[in-house]
Amino acid sequence: MTTAVPLSWYLILSAILFGLGVAGFVFRRNIITVFMSIELMLNAVNLSFVAFSYQLRQTDGHIYTFFVMVVAAAEAAVGLAIILTVFKNRATLEIDEVSDLKN
Amino acid sequence: MPESYVELYFPVFLQVLIAMAVAGGMIGGSYLLGRKVKNRIKDTPYECGITPTGSARGRFSVKFYLVAMLFILFDIEAVFLYPWAVVYRELKLFAFVEMFIFIVLILCGFFYIWKKGALDWSQQERPPEER
Amino acid sequence: MSQYYTATDHFVLVPAIMLALFGCAILLFDFWVFPEPKQRKWLLAFLALGEAFAGYGLWQQHTYIAGQGIAELTAFQGSLVVDGFSLFFNWMFIAAASIVALMSYRYLEVEGEHHGEYYSLILLAQCGMYFLASGADLITLFVGLELMALCFYIMVGFLRSDKRSNEAAMKYLLLGGFSSGFLAYGFSLLYGLSGSTKLSEIGVAIARRDPADPVLLLAMVTTTVGLLFKISAVPFHMWAPDAYEGAPTTVTAYLSVGSKAASIAFLLRIFLGPLASARAAWEPLLVFAAIASLTVGNLAAISQHNIKRLLAYSSISHAGYMLLGLVAGNETGIKGVAVYVLVYTFTNLGVFLVIVALRREGLVGDNIDDLAGLMHKSPGYALLMLICLLSLAGIPPTAGFIGKYYIFLSLIQAGRYVLAAAAALYVAVAIYYYFRIVRSMFMSDAEDAGAMETTFGVRVAAALTGLGTLGIGIFPEPFLRFAGQSLIR
Repeated sequence: MTTAVPLSWYLILSAILFGLGVAGFVFRRNIITVFMSIELMLNAVNLSFVAFSYQLRQTDGHIYTFFVMVVAAAEAAVGLAIILTVFKNRATLEIDEVSDLKN
Repeated sequence: MPESYVELYFPVFLQVLIAMAVAGGMIGGSYLLGRKVKNRIKDTPYECGITPTGSARGRFSVKFYLVAMLFILFDIEAVFLYPWAVVYRELKLFAFVEMFIFIVLILCGFFYIWKKGALDWSQQERPPEER
Repeated sequence: MSQYYTATDHFVLVPAIMLALFGCAILLFDFWVFPEPKQRKWLLAFLALGEAFAGYGLWQQHTYIAGQGIAELTAFQGSLVVDGFSLFFNWMFIAAASIVALMSYRYLEVEGEHHGEYYSLILLAQCGMYFLASGADLITLFVGLELMALCFYIMVGFLRSDKRSNEAAMKYLLLGGFSSGFLAYGFSLLYGLSGSTKLSEIGVAIARRDPADPVLLLAMVTTTVGLLFKISAVPFHMWAPDAYEGAPTTVTAYLSVGSKAASIAFLLRIFLGPLASARAAWEPLLVFAAIASLTVGNLAAISQHNIKRLLAYSSISHAGYMLLGLVAGNETGIKGVAVYVLVYTFTNLGVFLVIVALRREGLVGDNIDDLAGLMHKSPGYALLMLICLLSLAGIPPTAGFIGKYYIFLSLIQAGRYVLAAAAALYVAVAIYYYFRIVRSMFMSDAEDAGAMETTFGVRVAAALTGLGTLGIGIFPEPFLRFAGQSLIR
């Protein structure tokens, strides 16, 4: 019997999203874009939790997803506030130009 | 029961086709049938009928960010109300007390930002020394 | 009380409730009850009250566990656990947060920053640490970790008009969020492999799986990467020097002991709990991280001129020693890690305290030259610095020797002579750069004659850290016994 999309597809999609997030974090140079990449990674985590949770017929994974969402929102708020102060003091959002602290 | 993925997803495929046909039909129809007038006013971006002023690439006030940030924070807390509402009958008084504590904690934060002046749209920027 | 919130649940949660309650209360009292600048001392008093209540709750847990002779007390269907391990770390967090708060009052006055939010963040971060030390469920641990980390992001960027503080906060935030993503991804795979978020059930499920299962390996590697980020082990250490240097010095102190100890507790919970059966797979990773941390940390510290940056690299190398105790894996090793973290807490706080005490209008005090001639200006603080640096280097009779001794002993007991020799070699390197600071303090003349202005709070904190560093070194027995009780079985 064929039911909905198999678990592995969701996991592969989740892994691809996570990989895109990591790649964005490593290669992008704009602070906001880098920050968005982190959110993308967390969303990949959410997808994988929901897929597992659905497969296992449990609610634990869904609950975890709620917490990841809230954590991501809190992180976004704190992060944007910090990025704003950086911008206020330097008037740039290029990550390479924010480099006073060096060896 | 559907036997294969092709069969299972045929309705989805059909829906996509219909959606594309409707959208394409509307655009194509108006292209073929409509009258074409070109002038400067017609080429300006549509902004609810009001003549646009200034460039769209200008910098926004930082207050928009602040409100957006606060909105995200308080909005996302509502996500916990859904599972709570689902099990409310089962847990009875316990659920009520738990949510009460949760809301009180959020109100603490709300009271804090209110007193800090983050909600006053018209207020001038405070000097940093002021508590 | 109901079946969903039993008396046991409450008993286990009391310290966290107190920390959160007083954290929120201070936030509101800041402008509600004590709005005048003169009333700031009351905010500090409230923090002390919060710590006292949390300590009382912890003391009750402690006596209950000891009185009943039980190994652990679980609550919330196994999401939280009180055992020797969580008690040991939570006592340490209370000590660290209290000492940091004591030294912060004057520092905040000099910087002209807000008091209320700062104290509140200290308590809320400690609340997160409580859940990291006593959590036994992926959800509890993750939320605790993020609560702690978010408070630290804000505290690192607390000097809003200081460019370096902004930059440090931004780098810490981005890399911290990145590592949290890895950790959460690893957790999601662990959940999928075991069908449970409870650490004990995950352990059972993983023990039954083939250790070479690629999904298990992926879960383990991503979790390990996330954890190594949090304890700032090489190759995931790059946030530490910048965050340590740019943050306000009191926050650097709290970050280097509180966040580090909580992350080590978290790491031990994960590796000795659910991942214990996959030891063959993660041990090489940790050996590599430990040796790399020792190498990079010690060698990079040699060329630093900024003390905070130097201490950041030294902190990276200490993370390497802690990992070696876990690599040895025997009872001595785990006990050694616990003792090491305890010793490191007091010692590092002592070093940072001297830098904090140096801060005054027009002097940041984080350059090695700023310490020049400290022996002539304030011999007490110079001696405290000397004792703490000796302890960091691991020279008897200070506490640092006890920590290093147990790590080396465990490595030798486990037959890992090469690792033990390498670790001992790096002690010599460490002595070299710690003594650069000592030489500056004792051998050179002061560039400016400005005396140190200290307050009662700073002096109390100095006494506490000095007593801790010397006391554990001279009378190690009770601490060793306490650490011995903290083993996870």
